[in-house]
Amino acid sequence: MQDSNKGKIVGVNGNMITVEFDTHVIQNEIAYAITEGKRLKSEVIRVRGNRADLQVFEDTKGLKVGDDVEFTEELLSVELGPGILTSIYDGLQNPLPDLAKKSGFFLEKGVYLKPLDYEKEWDYTPMVKVGDEVIAGDRLGWVPEGIFKHYIMVPFTTKGVCKVTEVASAGKLKISTTIAKISNDKDIVTEVTMVQEWPVKIPISAYKEKLLPQETLISQIRIIDGFFPVAIGGTFCTPGPFGAGKTVLQHALSKYAEADIVIIAACGERAGEVVEILREFPHLEDPRTGKTLMERSIIICNTSSMPVAAREASVYTAVTLAEYYRQMGLNCLLLADSTSRWAQALREMSGRLEEIPGEEAFPAYLESLIASFYERAGLVKLNCGETGSVTIGGSVSPAGGNFEEPVTQATLKVVGAFHGLSRDRSNARRYPAIHPLESWSHYKSIVEDEKINFARETLRRGNEVNQMMKVIGEEGTHINDFQIYLKSEFLDFVFLQQNTFDSVDAATNKKRQTYMFDKVMAILKKQFTFESKDKARRFFLELRSDFINLNYSAEGTEDYKKFENLIDKKFEDN
Amino acid sequence: MRKVYHRIVQIAGNVITVEAENIGYGHLAEVTSARGTSLAQVIRLVDNKVFLQVFAGSRGISTGDEVRFLGSPMQVSSSKNLLGRIFTGGGIPRDGRPEVKDDMIEIAGPSVNPSKRIIPKNMIRTGIPMIDVFNSLVESQKLPIFSIAGEPYNQLLARVAMQAEVDVIILGGMGLKYDDYLFFKNTLDEHGALSRSVLFVHTASDPVVECLLVPDMALAVAENYALEGKKVLVLLTDMTNYADAMKEIAITMEQIPSNRGYPGDLYSQLAARYEKAVDFDSAGSITILAVTTMPGDDVTHPVPDNTGYITEGQFYLKNGRIEPFGSLSRLKQQVNDTTRSDHRAIMDTMIRFYADFLETKEKQSMGFQMSSWDEKLLKYGVLFETRMMDLSVNIPLEDALDLGWETLAECFDKTESGIKHDLLEEYWPKN
Ligand SMILES: Nc1ncnc2c1ncn2[C@@H]1O[C@H](COP(=O)(O)OP(=O)(O)O)[C@@H](O)[C@H]1O
Ligand SMILES: [Mg+2]
Repeated sequence: MQDSNKGKIVGVNGNMITVEFDTHVIQNEIAYAITEGKRLKSEVIRVRGNRADLQVFEDTKGLKVGDDVEFTEELLSVELGPGILTSIYDGLQNPLPDLAKKSGFFLEKGVYLKPLDYEKEWDYTPMVKVGDEVIAGDRLGWVPEGIFKHYIMVPFTTKGVCKVTEVASAGKLKISTTIAKISNDKDIVTEVTMVQEWPVKIPISAYKEKLLPQETLISQIRIIDGFFPVAIGGTFCTPGPFGAGKTVLQHALSKYAEADIVIIAACGERAGEVVEILREFPHLEDPRTGKTLMERSIIICNTSSMPVAAREASVYTAVTLAEYYRQMGLNCLLLADSTSRWAQALREMSGRLEEIPGEEAFPAYLESLIASFYERAGLVKLNCGETGSVTIGGSVSPAGGNFEEPVTQATLKVVGAFHGLSRDRSNARRYPAIHPLESWSHYKSIVEDEKINFARETLRRGNEVNQMMKVIGEEGTHINDFQIYLKSEFLDFVFLQQNTFDSVDAATNKKRQTYMFDKVMAILKKQFTFESKDKARRFFLELRSDFINLNYSAEGTEDYKKFENLIDKKFEDN
Repeated sequence: MRKVYHRIVQIAGNVITVEAENIGYGHLAEVTSARGTSLAQVIRLVDNKVFLQVFAGSRGISTGDEVRFLGSPMQVSSSKNLLGRIFTGGGIPRDGRPEVKDDMIEIAGPSVNPSKRIIPKNMIRTGIPMIDVFNSLVESQKLPIFSIAGEPYNQLLARVAMQAEVDVIILGGMGLKYDDYLFFKNTLDEHGALSRSVLFVHTASDPVVECLLVPDMALAVAENYALEGKKVLVLLTDMTNYADAMKEIAITMEQIPSNRGYPGDLYSQLAARYEKAVDFDSAGSITILAVTTMPGDDVTHPVPDNTGYITEGQFYLKNGRIEPFGSLSRLKQQVNDTTRSDHRAIMDTMIRFYADFLETKEKQSMGFQMSSWDEKLLKYGVLFETRMMDLSVNIPLEDALDLGWETLAECFDKTESGIKHDLLEEYWPKN
């Protein structure tokens, strides 16, 4: 590092330092605060005169006025290349298992390790020849990464059309090997390796165009796929009070959603929850590929007791990795738990900067930051004609469980589906606690509109009857209304509710879902005649019990057939 | 010898400002005034101004008093001699015995690398059905009791602590009433547990800043024992007092409050402490049981609200009972699949019926006619409250599950129970 720009600390306030610098600094550039031989990574977040405010990605204990600061002239970036899949990173892309090998039980400050393995050899196959013309994002070659073809692409920073002037031949290569040389119209030659860097806060845009997300992303969660679907390349959010089931739902999605790649951003919440994933995914089989779930996963883990500024960075790190794999024509699902913690990190920093606070002391620019984050989702047509996508789902943790707060409201403005979790439903153990009347989605369900609308109408009317019964009592309710109420409850119990902790019920594939939905529909549509309300209740209780048992039975088993027969018989006989 | 500073340029709340050079953020100083000597901690540096939070409070400090910097952050002894001892939040003995100063370690250390944690699998049995059956407590869990003044939360905390099989108990008392302090001390003593306990106690009459040190002192000591392979139980009561102490300092420092005067980093501050709960890969564990009193019995108040988002559930203690709604153990599913095959079904079914019972009771109070189904629910609700919810019940999990089946069978038939058929065949009472 020659003659880098330098400065000195003149103030410390929590994780913010104020630095007096010599010549110039760049907004959002990375700098290192140096104390007692440790170099603490920091980011410039405000410049005034010859002083800059920096957020430090580490505990600032021990920093002194007068300590040196070195600026790097680089923005916060991630390394992109083979080996990212199956990795477990912190918010700055430090590999946590490697850190543990180096530092033991605790995260040691100022220790940064390479995110990728520079010694490992990959089976490289070139895809271009000398003389070919290429632009940013074009594929130069590939290596097998687990079950995927990991394409090595022309660096996304490349401007204009370049000519390939040299290519490496097929063979076992390390990621730092030059696999091609490309030359631009000014004859400037770039050596391309299997690794490139990209600044996390800037979207990767090396594609032809953004397309409208239309196809349903099968989540295998019935209430989602049927009632509040998510599209491939779409966005959705899951606000809910604590304990309503946000994390359990996200974990279910990370296991069962039919995406190629899942990126889990554990942002400012419990470490214990990530540990479940870290320890289980390497042993859980992904039925679609026969390999472990880990092979399609990337985990970004910046939990609540880890440095706050790195928490802010973690969601950007995660989405950048998603965009990178999207460039290979893959469908990536990013799950962020929780985006509120990211917003709170912004709030903490904004407070230290003494900015004029907006609602609940969140900064005034919160809304635009949330919008531009979700904007990074999308279905894109790549230069090669293939499509790739990033789907983003964020959980939101509203203060007091009240959705009328800045983060929830800002998020609802930009997402395509809203899975609102309700305290009443989670208290009643009606999981997943997605509220069936308040949630919405702009995307296409796996069930035809006409049917799903009928089912929704049943839920709505059932709820009305239930409200009415609270005023006039069951005895004052007409038996036909009562039947509607029972049907809505039936639909709730056998289709909307799903037991995540049952090995069969946890995930329902598309075929089974549509089959089940039709069975339920037949019951909703049939007008039964009952002698009394007690008889009606009894009938639906029994039917419900058979249905739930059917939900618990694997397809093709004896039990499955038995309960299916029981249901069909009850249906015929009444 | 370290330099002594004599110019205090500002005193506001419990924060004093001196002009000094080469001072580390977060480091300690000794402030000597006519009232005696107190520790203080650097909480902000601005050019040559050093802001110090004075542990004993700023009352009686004069602008000409002495400030001497110690060149290190707050520390606590990690020696074996700590066991059986009682200290203030600042680490000064409360029990009239000598100070312990060997093997000092820093408090508020770095967080555990998540990849060195393991999934907790050991249930802590309490003999309380509302916990064991419905919200099992798990080793390494962090879990507060949500309650209000007047409820027996400290008694519940002590009862669980005495029942739990742990190697070391650390008590962190914050704003404790003196009587409560004596209650804990006597309870530990009576059960012969004092000799494996360490107490850090801040009482309501002690300086408020010392309250801020209690969790970090308690957890640093706990972490040390856990690294030696010990199972450690940390009791923190009352975390709302801790949050209020943070609020006081934040206001003194003119920080912009986020919600009802609490600082914007309340979540991160609480999380930094609660996340010390851990099950180490190839070492011991830390379980944290805390008390969070809810001002105005309002669970949406910022302290219980932020706490609920951080901890692995909560026991909601109300009218002397652990309420099934509002209570949660997020780790229960780690253990309740291996206890007994009917555990989960009993848990889900009984709670669901209790929810239905509450609805029926409401209908009844509004004067509606009760259907035969309602009558069943009413019968069930009363049995559930006396057999499961009453805190005087003290039975092993297995007995509680059996009692659950009996209760269901007394009120409902098999189909109505909605339980999976194979479990019904195995457990439904035969007569
Ligand atoms: N789908 C579900 N099935 C069964 N229990 C659930 C489900 N979702 C949540 N729970 C229960 O609720 C607890 C809290 O869920 P969690 O997802 O951690 O809440 P949140 O992230 O909203 O705070 C879980 O530990 C579990 O006991
Ligand atoms: Mg959660």
